[in-house]
Amino acid sequence: MTSVDAIAAESAAAAQPAGFAGFWAIFRRNPRGVIGLAVLTLFVLLAAAAPVIAPFGQKATGVGASFGAPDLVHLMGTDNLGRDVFSRFLGGCRISLLVGVAAAFASTVIGLLVGMTSGYFGGTIDNVLMRFTELFQTIPRFFLAMVAVALFGASIWNIVFAIAILSWPVTARLARAEYLSLRHREFADAARVIGVGTLGIMVIELLPNAAGPVIVNASLQVAQAILLEAGLSYLGLGDPGNASWGVMLYEAQPALRTAWWMSVFPGLGIFFVVLSLNLLGDAINDTLSPRSRAR
Amino acid sequence: MGLSSGFLAVVLTRLAHAIPIFFAIISINFLLIHVAPGDPASYLASQSEGSVEYQAQLRQEFGLDKPLVVQLGIYLGKVVRGDLGMSYRYRQPVADLILSRVGNTFLLLGTGYLLATLIGILLGAFAAQRANSFADQLTTFAALAFYSMPVFWLGQLMLLFFALELGWFPTQGMVNIRLAATGWAKVIDVAHHLVLPASTYALYQLTLMYRLARSKLQDVLKEDYITTARAKGLPERVVVYKHALRNALLPLVTVLGMDFAFVLAGTVLVETVFAWPGMGRLMFDAIAARDYPVLTGIFTVVTAMVIIVNILTDLIYAWIDPRVVYD
Repeated sequence: MTSVDAIAAESAAAAQPAGFAGFWAIFRRNPRGVIGLAVLTLFVLLAAAAPVIAPFGQKATGVGASFGAPDLVHLMGTDNLGRDVFSRFLGGCRISLLVGVAAAFASTVIGLLVGMTSGYFGGTIDNVLMRFTELFQTIPRFFLAMVAVALFGASIWNIVFAIAILSWPVTARLARAEYLSLRHREFADAARVIGVGTLGIMVIELLPNAAGPVIVNASLQVAQAILLEAGLSYLGLGDPGNASWGVMLYEAQPALRTAWWMSVFPGLGIFFVVLSLNLLGDAINDTLSPRSRAR
Repeated sequence: MGLSSGFLAVVLTRLAHAIPIFFAIISINFLLIHVAPGDPASYLASQSEGSVEYQAQLRQEFGLDKPLVVQLGIYLGKVVRGDLGMSYRYRQPVADLILSRVGNTFLLLGTGYLLATLIGILLGAFAAQRANSFADQLTTFAALAFYSMPVFWLGQLMLLFFALELGWFPTQGMVNIRLAATGWAKVIDVAHHLVLPASTYALYQLTLMYRLARSKLQDVLKEDYITTARAKGLPERVVVYKHALRNALLPLVTVLGMDFAFVLAGTVLVETVFAWPGMGRLMFDAIAARDYPVLTGIFTVVTAMVIIVNILTDLIYAWIDPRVVYD
């Protein structure tokens, strides 16, 4: 994990963004980042194409024997109800990625709003917002998410909401640090002089310069959200109507003795996606840091 | 090192910060119960099974007919007195239930944590000494891999391989009921049951320890006093494990405190895989049985633990390193 302050410090020191071409020229020399990007792309394509390539219906029962071992018809075997595990794996990929991306997106938006306001205005506003952020950082978020999802019902949107509302503080602190250092830079003052409004400066002038660490953090948050959702689902708080990889692992637990394939494949899915996101996040961070720019 | 007045001030400031945060979090929890769809009484009595009389009793007990602020006051008053309500499923006070399980959780957490710290530091030292070598990159990648797995899936794999395939360890629980061992035989029995869950937990926690130990040691190894130690002709082993490690340890002591909630969440999941009779398993059963008082009770206890550990961490830091000042 990359520390909040380290990301902030590195990007604040970085030169003006060199555009996507400049970014890519450095990024592609990082083998781990490229592998992460490739694996992630593969899973995104699998998720997108799931309805087309899934050999059986995701919820269709009895398409094979109950607890059938993997073979050429059922690549990942079948589960207790005779459902095709490979088809469910593809559907689970869609749900897990959807929850991860949606939760990370929502938490990034909340975090940006809080952090931008806090860092740009400073003073009392900053103080109040940071106390609030501190409060949310102290909350044992996995446990509160459990209580909330148990109370409000385990639909995927409730799960997304619970994860988002508990994950924004890191983004807020990153954005705040960026805005604190950027708000009195020359280009911001120049914009002020020519009469650009506060909102214009915050969004048009400063946001592109503060985006680096927020993007890095967002990719790590997708990974964290996927793991959180899997954990909640494993404890029986998943959406049974939209089976994610986590829900599949929950269903696999009582069948471990008879059907290892019910557990091994969905877990591998989570593992590869989370690993590729972590590799990607580290690589983007390295690419944006001034040390690699100098090279 | 005596307890100076400065240290005492740190203690008091931290407490003054922590108490309002604790109550704020407990209030959020309370509000959730009230905003959730349906009647709070039916939730507190467990939706499916709560009888009408029991709900009426709860309504009176929690003052659910009174304004929300009064209700919050009553609720916080109960929490302060250690009254976390009654479990509908077990028909026992929630506080007693949690107390009976918390020891088992800490046995698992403590063993796993100790293992993770020892192995993490040794591996970190190993990698820091040969930074950027192939061996270093390999260990670093392996650590990242373990960090990217859902901990309960890692547990399932361990269970599949070491318990079901090889039969080396029991699949679940903390003791063999048929054995009904006592004395040393019981200790051995528990230890035998502990191996898989504790190792799973250690592998999960290892990454953080390893990464921190590695980066910290890399920095320390560049310090002047290390060069001096080397110049004196001390063997490299002594330089790394005695001189450098000692100075790299402080941040490691405090990893536990920085994210104790994360540490506990991992334990809940590992307990569920191995049916370890701790707090996490209690929580899992409470979800299945819609036993809401147990769920909210555990949340309250976990919040208190997280805050207390945060304070202790700060204090240990301030005690070890007097340069640390809190405003």
